[in-house]
Amino acid sequence: MRVYARYFVNRFLQFLLVVFIGVNLAYLITHATPIDPIEHTVSVATAFGHTAPEAVAAMRESLRELYGLTGTPFEQYVNFWRRVLVADFGPSLSAFPTPVSTLIGRATPWTVGLLGVATVLTWCIGNLLGGLAGYYRRNRLLKAFGIFAMALHPMPYYIAAILLLIVFGFVWPIFPITGGSQMNLAQGWTVDFALSVARHSVLPLLSLVLVGLGGWFVGMRSLVSNIVTEDYVVYAELAGVSRRRILTSYIMRNAVAPQVTGLAISLGHVFSGALITERVFGYPGIGSLLVDGVNAGDYSLVLGVTTVSILGVSIAVFVIDLLYPLIDPRVTVS
Amino acid sequence: MFVVIRDLLRHNGDFLAGIVLTGFVVAMALLSFVSPYHPLDQFVAPLDVPPSAGHWFGTTSRGQDLFWLLAYSIRNTLAFGILVAIISRVLSLSIGLLAGYRGGWTDRILMSINDTFIVIPLFPILVLFYFVMRDNMSWVLLAVLTAFLGWSYDARLIRSVALSLRNREFTQTAVFAGMNTREILAREHLPFVLPIVFSTTLNNMNWSIGLEVTLAVLGFTDINRPSVGGLIYWANQHSAVVAGIWWWIAFPVGLVVMLFIGLYLLAVSMNEYIDPRSRLDRMGGQGR
Repeated sequence: MRVYARYFVNRFLQFLLVVFIGVNLAYLITHATPIDPIEHTVSVATAFGHTAPEAVAAMRESLRELYGLTGTPFEQYVNFWRRVLVADFGPSLSAFPTPVSTLIGRATPWTVGLLGVATVLTWCIGNLLGGLAGYYRRNRLLKAFGIFAMALHPMPYYIAAILLLIVFGFVWPIFPITGGSQMNLAQGWTVDFALSVARHSVLPLLSLVLVGLGGWFVGMRSLVSNIVTEDYVVYAELAGVSRRRILTSYIMRNAVAPQVTGLAISLGHVFSGALITERVFGYPGIGSLLVDGVNAGDYSLVLGVTTVSILGVSIAVFVIDLLYPLIDPRVTVS
Repeated sequence: MFVVIRDLLRHNGDFLAGIVLTGFVVAMALLSFVSPYHPLDQFVAPLDVPPSAGHWFGTTSRGQDLFWLLAYSIRNTLAFGILVAIISRVLSLSIGLLAGYRGGWTDRILMSINDTFIVIPLFPILVLFYFVMRDNMSWVLLAVLTAFLGWSYDARLIRSVALSLRNREFTQTAVFAGMNTREILAREHLPFVLPIVFSTTLNNMNWSIGLEVTLAVLGFTDINRPSVGGLIYWANQHSAVVAGIWWWIAFPVGLVVMLFIGLYLLAVSMNEYIDPRSRLDRMGGQGR
């Protein structure tokens, strides 16, 4: 137990470091650039019609206060952290006066649902097939699948998504092409709503899975084909252990450990996929929120989404880290 | 060097395919130097002409010849990838080698920072960067930021190799000969990690070009500088798919997919060449 406590502390410190560096990056980018977001917002707001100079000055002042840009740089810095920790990013400018945290709270379930399912599905299918392909090297079907997955792997999300959209949305329209659920359906825990959500998620899910599959497949295949030549596997084979048992409890069990680390890492990278997928399929998640925020010039919304995604990803990675000893007990020993 | 390339070309189909694909894209980029049009000129060609003998890839709704515009775009996109690769190589090499050689606390601190950059979601950060820079956004700035976010994966790989070099005899000899850390890293350890640096560079370029294309498609880069993503952005702005101007989307997408697959195949075949186990396997060892 003491060993696990030490591991826990180590991982927790790493988690704090990720949050610290991430939030500081966000702070630096927003505060150390020559462009003043306040001036930008003011210029957008006063672009049409005539506005009195006093009104502009008052607006500038209240915006500064709203965004926590008053006081010395140190005060601003402390203030920035306080706002991050209580998740208070002020009101959104494009959806005034809804608080940014409410908007993010509304969008999060969509993104987490879609990405969670996509990531887990991709990871499971990719690793399972990759493991099989590494063990049964001569299997034609698995070989063909390997080529297929490899060809899809280097494709950027955007292109895969738009191809799917064209094929299943226009050429052979069997799936809805936009939105998270049917427009005129009340959101709630009903069968109709659940079915609608499922139907709308097919294409985005498919694009994420197809593009993500190759990486896991190739990784697992090479891990397994390395382990296959280990002495203990040869010994087990000579001793007459069934092939199935060798594959599951002798090979896969050992090969899966580094893949779990990879899963933790991919959670960070998968966010960029979410952004594009949600954009292409009009999915009402965090990514769409971010893009809308940028297009509307909504400073607090963009900053809010960025910091929340940094926090979210680091928490997810931390949780996986904590569960990791269950899969690979060795980490708590060393 | 040339012998290696000749052997790879002769025996490795992936490598050959990679060279052909990447070579085609690079040739396209080089063609931009002899372009009859200036890339920023608009309405110099008839609008919306389908691919034909006069305009090989057709023309856009903004009166540009797509072939020559695409040549400029792929050149800019490649330049971005190469710049990111160079900067991030310098970072990952120096950090990876130093962490592996020094070990102890230096290693621990550098690798904590490294792991942080591995998990931080960089896309929102890049979008945030665009958001505050707006019209002052330039591709060089974007490349520098991308490189600062994208060195960590390879640094870890390089460190793991450097870690094993540390206890080798020649390192000790070098220390006794009075070489300082910088000299040992640059003259003794660097040659050992160069092979993996080659293949990770290609992967890194794929990664950064993918990022740039994605950002540009959303309009989150300097949209007036021609780039492949920017082309798709403008095509979307003019609803090219709905209007039936398919070539405006198809050719940029096709070319960038060729580049991705080409670089990827090159990286894979190089990896295979570097790793002795898989090389033996291919030369006819027993598989199963």
